[in-house]
Amino acid sequence: MTRSILIAGVGGQGIILAGKVISNALLKSGYDVKMSELHGMSQRGGSVTSQIRFGKKTHTPLIEKGDADILLAFEKLEALRYIDYLSQDGTLILNDFEIPPMSTIVGGQTYPGEEMFDELNDKVESLVVLDAAEIAKENGNIRAQNIVLVGALVKALDLDKDIFEETIREVVPERFLEVNLKSLNSGWSIAKANEPKLVKA
Amino acid sequence: MPRTNKVIMTGNEGMARGAYESGATFASAYPGTPSTEILENLASYDEIYAEWAPNEKVALESAIGASLAGARSIASMKHVGVNVALDPFMAFAYTGVNGGLVVISADDPGMHSSQNEQDNRNLAPFAKIPMLEPSDSQESKILMKKAFEISEEFDTPVLFRVTTRISHSRSIVEKEERNEYKLKSYTKDPQKYCMVPANARRRRLIVEENMKGLKEYTNNFKYNRIEWSKSKDIGIITSGVSYQYVKEAFGDSVNILKLTMTYPLPEKLISDFCEKVEKVYVVEELDPYLETQIKAMGFDVTGKEIMPDIGELTPSIIKEAITGETKEKAHEGYDSLPIRPPIMCAGCPHRGVYHAITKLKGVVTGDIGCYSLGLAPPLSALDSVVCMGAGVSMAHGFKKVYEDNDIQDKPVIGVIGDSTFLHSGVTSLMNIVYNESNPTIVILDNRTTAMTGHQPNFAVGKNAKGGDAPQIQIDSLCRSLGIKNVFNVDAYDLEEIEAALKKGIDLKDEPAVIVARRPCVLLKGQKPSGQYAINQDKCTQCKLCLRIGCPSIQIEDDNIIIDEASCVGCSVCSQVCNFEAIEKVGE
Repeated sequence: MTRSILIAGVGGQGIILAGKVISNALLKSGYDVKMSELHGMSQRGGSVTSQIRFGKKTHTPLIEKGDADILLAFEKLEALRYIDYLSQDGTLILNDFEIPPMSTIVGGQTYPGEEMFDELNDKVESLVVLDAAEIAKENGNIRAQNIVLVGALVKALDLDKDIFEETIREVVPERFLEVNLKSLNSGWSIAKANEPKLVKA
Repeated sequence: MPRTNKVIMTGNEGMARGAYESGATFASAYPGTPSTEILENLASYDEIYAEWAPNEKVALESAIGASLAGARSIASMKHVGVNVALDPFMAFAYTGVNGGLVVISADDPGMHSSQNEQDNRNLAPFAKIPMLEPSDSQESKILMKKAFEISEEFDTPVLFRVTTRISHSRSIVEKEERNEYKLKSYTKDPQKYCMVPANARRRRLIVEENMKGLKEYTNNFKYNRIEWSKSKDIGIITSGVSYQYVKEAFGDSVNILKLTMTYPLPEKLISDFCEKVEKVYVVEELDPYLETQIKAMGFDVTGKEIMPDIGELTPSIIKEAITGETKEKAHEGYDSLPIRPPIMCAGCPHRGVYHAITKLKGVVTGDIGCYSLGLAPPLSALDSVVCMGAGVSMAHGFKKVYEDNDIQDKPVIGVIGDSTFLHSGVTSLMNIVYNESNPTIVILDNRTTAMTGHQPNFAVGKNAKGGDAPQIQIDSLCRSLGIKNVFNVDAYDLEEIEAALKKGIDLKDEPAVIVARRPCVLLKGQKPSGQYAINQDKCTQCKLCLRIGCPSIQIEDDNIIIDEASCVGCSVCSQVCNFEAIEKVGE
């Protein structure tokens, strides 16, 4: 069966690198992997997604509404924006992190209030919430928040963590290796603690 | 663990790998999403000479020269880049090649990063050039090798057409060894290579003759293939990424004719397929390119009657069109969320320039690059964005009409980036000089081609391989074209920018060029130092600083604050503030 991971966030949060780590690790795990990302205009501080599909044989790299087994949301507003992509029994991994868009600063729009996230909490059957930025900061570099979230994903999909560690060793430069490996494990542990809520994809 | 040759690659990496394995040695391109990384990857191979050209026309002409010299060569560009290169593209169909030559057109259905969604498949029959379309990264690699073979066998350039979802999707590729290509010897042959009318008329016939051979070839081309299903009720003819969507939607339950050589079309194969299947659909993104030709062959196929010709397809769009089945919803989405369009970064050197320009309340013709984002609120600085170079040429046309009609209350300002100016703004500026108009042109020189991911350009001093290169001085170039009033300003210095704009606009009978320089903040080692903070005791909450649209300036608990994580200390906000409330941290 083909499984689908939708990563949603804001340009500059390290989404493309996260996608690269995930897709390379899935290849090492023996899956047929397809991944789609967008570059250029869409990247400059705008809403960004990266889509990964894997299984025995995978055709399209694109995920449709209602089909994502995991929605890996790097930012809260973006979680709301893409929640209709999550399948009924899919898992939302939510970074408890807000980046207010320009439209809420000068455009007269308002950032969604807590009640909307409470509602989200109620309607999603399986949820992992973590403050990846804070965790990454504690580990030594806020920029590793993407790998904290990847760690949670590895647990949520019950994938082999060792293979992800091996992939990070290949992809991440030496001087950032320790903080990234530590962050992968932090994310993994938090998702593990959430286990009762998890539904295997 | 045994060494594996299987790697994950984007389509762009796959195409570059295919060219490498084919023994290609020459590559030229101009950056443009989604094609940019093709040349970047080609440049990573030591065996390939790869260069950034000033524009796509120069890239293709250079590749033609390399082909004549006997090398396998490649020119890559985005769909609208092919418009720029169309002149050599059309004529080159007649001259044919010496070493194989492939032209890559990376189209952008859905316009993720483009000004239009033209379907460049139409250019293959238009130019009479054969075309290949891969469906994933592995095919991108394999078909690239085939493309070079076809190019040489039929003495023609080959159009290699991909879309965003091929270029920027990753899938598994099996690497193979490079086959070194022996440089072909060049023989002088004016009848073949000098396209004066007498020779062109002769070559015109040869092109048609070659097309006959290609029509035979495409019928036997093994990558045009039929996947039969048990039932012969439904058949789908498709190509490119649409093939993957069809497989996703229907699996093995329908008959599929997958076309990879989509010009010329394999008429025999299509005929076999249509005769054996009850009901045939054509599934393709954008124009009814396959459909129109297949209908002209006399087959009653269904396509755009039931499927959209705008934007990208998805498996569920295809499934719903063919079977009427709609997809069930899982979670309800939200309609009225705050939008998050792309914005200029914190510390972007374009911001201050635009702030100064908007104060003049003139007409501002814009251009293509990160600075196109100046059109968005709160800056709302631009009146037009059309194509590369138009920021300068349109300012000329606008100004001419305003002069003729004695409209003097609105200054006309053209805005263009450094790379775009060198791509096609130079001839536009020559037009301003020669035909004597007097707009003010602002060249936003951020020392890179930023939007596509920071490729070096001709004014930067680096080449595509990362080596040092000669540097074109933009201000001297403008002077040499005959612009007497060239002002160099610091893009972070509002006073300097405003003074230069005033000087330029006040010159009633002469054009002016302002070169606003500051490196893009995303370039390594180019961030300014320090940070700014708002002194809440001095802040009157006038919100003027919010008008420059910096993502670092935010509202928190009813106060305006500067986010310390993202502020890079460009100081533009502190210059905008009328109350000296924005202060440098630590001073």
